[in-house]
Amino acid sequence: MERRTLFPGKLLPALLILPQLVLTLVFFLWPAVQAIKSSLEREDAFGTSTEFVGLENFADLFGDPLYVAAIGRTALFCGCVTLLSMGVALGLAVLADTEIRGRAFYRTMLIWPYAVAPAMAAVLWVLMFHPQIGLVGAWLNRIGIDWDYKLDGTQAMALVILAAAWKQISYNFIFFLAGLQAIPKTIIEAARIDGARGFRRFRTIVLPLLMPTVYFLLVVDLVYAAFETFATVYAVNAGGPGQSTQTLVLKVYLDGIVNANVGSSSAQSVVLMVGVIVLCALQFRFLGRKAVT
Amino acid sequence: MAGLTLDGLRKSFGANEILKGVDLTLADGEMLVIVGASGCGKSTLLRLVAGLETPTDGRILIDGRDVTQLDPSARDIAMVFQNYALYPHMSVYENMAYGLKIRGLRKAEIRAKVDAASSLLGLEALLDRKPRQLSGGQRQRVAMGRAIVRDPKLFLFDEPLSNLDAKLRVQMRGEIRRLQRRLKVTSLYVTHDQVEAMTLGDRLLVMHQGVPVQLATPTEIFERPADTYVAGFIGSPAMNLLTGLMRRNGTAITVEDTEFDLGPQRYALPDGHPVFLGIRPEHVALAADGMAWPVEVVELLGSEMLVHATRPGGATLTLRTPNPPSGGPGMGEAIRVAFPADRIHVFDRASGRRIEPA
Repeated sequence: MERRTLFPGKLLPALLILPQLVLTLVFFLWPAVQAIKSSLEREDAFGTSTEFVGLENFADLFGDPLYVAAIGRTALFCGCVTLLSMGVALGLAVLADTEIRGRAFYRTMLIWPYAVAPAMAAVLWVLMFHPQIGLVGAWLNRIGIDWDYKLDGTQAMALVILAAAWKQISYNFIFFLAGLQAIPKTIIEAARIDGARGFRRFRTIVLPLLMPTVYFLLVVDLVYAAFETFATVYAVNAGGPGQSTQTLVLKVYLDGIVNANVGSSSAQSVVLMVGVIVLCALQFRFLGRKAVT
Repeated sequence: MAGLTLDGLRKSFGANEILKGVDLTLADGEMLVIVGASGCGKSTLLRLVAGLETPTDGRILIDGRDVTQLDPSARDIAMVFQNYALYPHMSVYENMAYGLKIRGLRKAEIRAKVDAASSLLGLEALLDRKPRQLSGGQRQRVAMGRAIVRDPKLFLFDEPLSNLDAKLRVQMRGEIRRLQRRLKVTSLYVTHDQVEAMTLGDRLLVMHQGVPVQLATPTEIFERPADTYVAGFIGSPAMNLLTGLMRRNGTAITVEDTEFDLGPQRYALPDGHPVFLGIRPEHVALAADGMAWPVEVVELLGSEMLVHATRPGGATLTLRTPNPPSGGPGMGEAIRVAFPADRIHVFDRASGRRIEPA
């Protein structure tokens, strides 16, 4: 049984969580309520009057082919970012888990990108892939590949996926490495004696034992890709060319702040909020799940 | 044919030499127990034989075949680990079947082998369970089953009982012994527990600081320990070692000023040669006269008691004797003891080696 120490008193605990509560109230609950309120209203073009329109904003939203396209685009973006960053991170973690000279150095280098600010990461990739001045971009054009992410939507999407995934590799790497190291060495040794080698051993022993980490990162990465990549995507191409890299988060900003359509933008935020809540619930379920031992 | 041969086996980790040359031959079907304190190199030796480590020098032959450079999977061995090392995500059946599946056996064949092993170990009812749903003893049994189904040339046991409670350990000890006798598979068993070592092994190898000190049957090791280390390590409580000098032309030893007669046998040592007089606590006899030892502590163990006594000069003696009806000696009271001549061991004080009578 778990033993718990109970401290008497009510005032001190309340005081201790007060700062966090205030922050949550001011920066989350209040804007959230505001967003829900304005998602049910329509403002006239000059911002002088608002009227209550019920769920009309939502109906408009889901009737708008541009919005539906953005949902599909975001799903594609999230899927690719998650898959790419998890795949690369897992590969790197497996390599970093082996006994090699200077292993601490490699691990440190691999964790570094996590400390790079999102917009900075985007700029790095832009500088590399710029069609004229970018090292890789210019080279691609030299060898005859028509590379210009500012004109080609598919290329733009590929670039934002790369930049966003790269940012998340470090995070995934840390968790995968920790997960790999948590697998008892003797289990791997038992598998070696049983005759399991290479990829087969990885697939039948290591990966199943790593599944709790995989589930956890899957949710975390989806949340990251869907909601935390604004700076990266915006810094690369601000959603362009056209709307080819306009994800849902970007659309909220562009519609609400740039195009001043507060009602629609608020409705979009509410939709996103529901999405976050669902994903967070999933995340808590996996976090709360006990590791398989 | 020899089941296992080790030929000048050495292992260093960096500048640290863990194994300093081990030569060893196990007969086919023999169970050899390697025993020693932690850090003596016994686990490293086992891992070298398993192929989990590569030797710095020397050769390993299993059933006459040189396996020194082979991968663990190619050595035809099975190993039982201290923490069982069961695959947590697989059922008991899958745990046992895994090695066979990798070897590419057909389903029916696997089923037959696993069924045979599980009935041998009484695991039939547990085949669908996951390891976490099993008790320690059951897990131990599954680990054994996983080793048995493979029908290997050599079993390796790495302290397989040390995670079990005392009662279960005794039970599993007997079970392992019976199984090994029945299957007649050459086995190497590593432990730090001398009771396990004494009861399980056909022969024992006592290791000390990377060097094999004595290789002999359990009885031999108990009755004629090769040096003071083995004498102190095997037997509980440990053998008493008293500093003394050889006297009377090799027929007596003096400890402090008391002379102990060595009986009819004669040692080829000059008078005044520094020796240790070794006597096991259970062989020390209470006597009416003789050397006086002030009692320090008395431990009552139920049917018998341990008396710890210390001479004013600092020499200590432990005595094990049945509980006398009158109760044991009191603290500070001096007991007088005698050492039966045929129970006395003589060791050279400089080298620590056992000295046999001429």
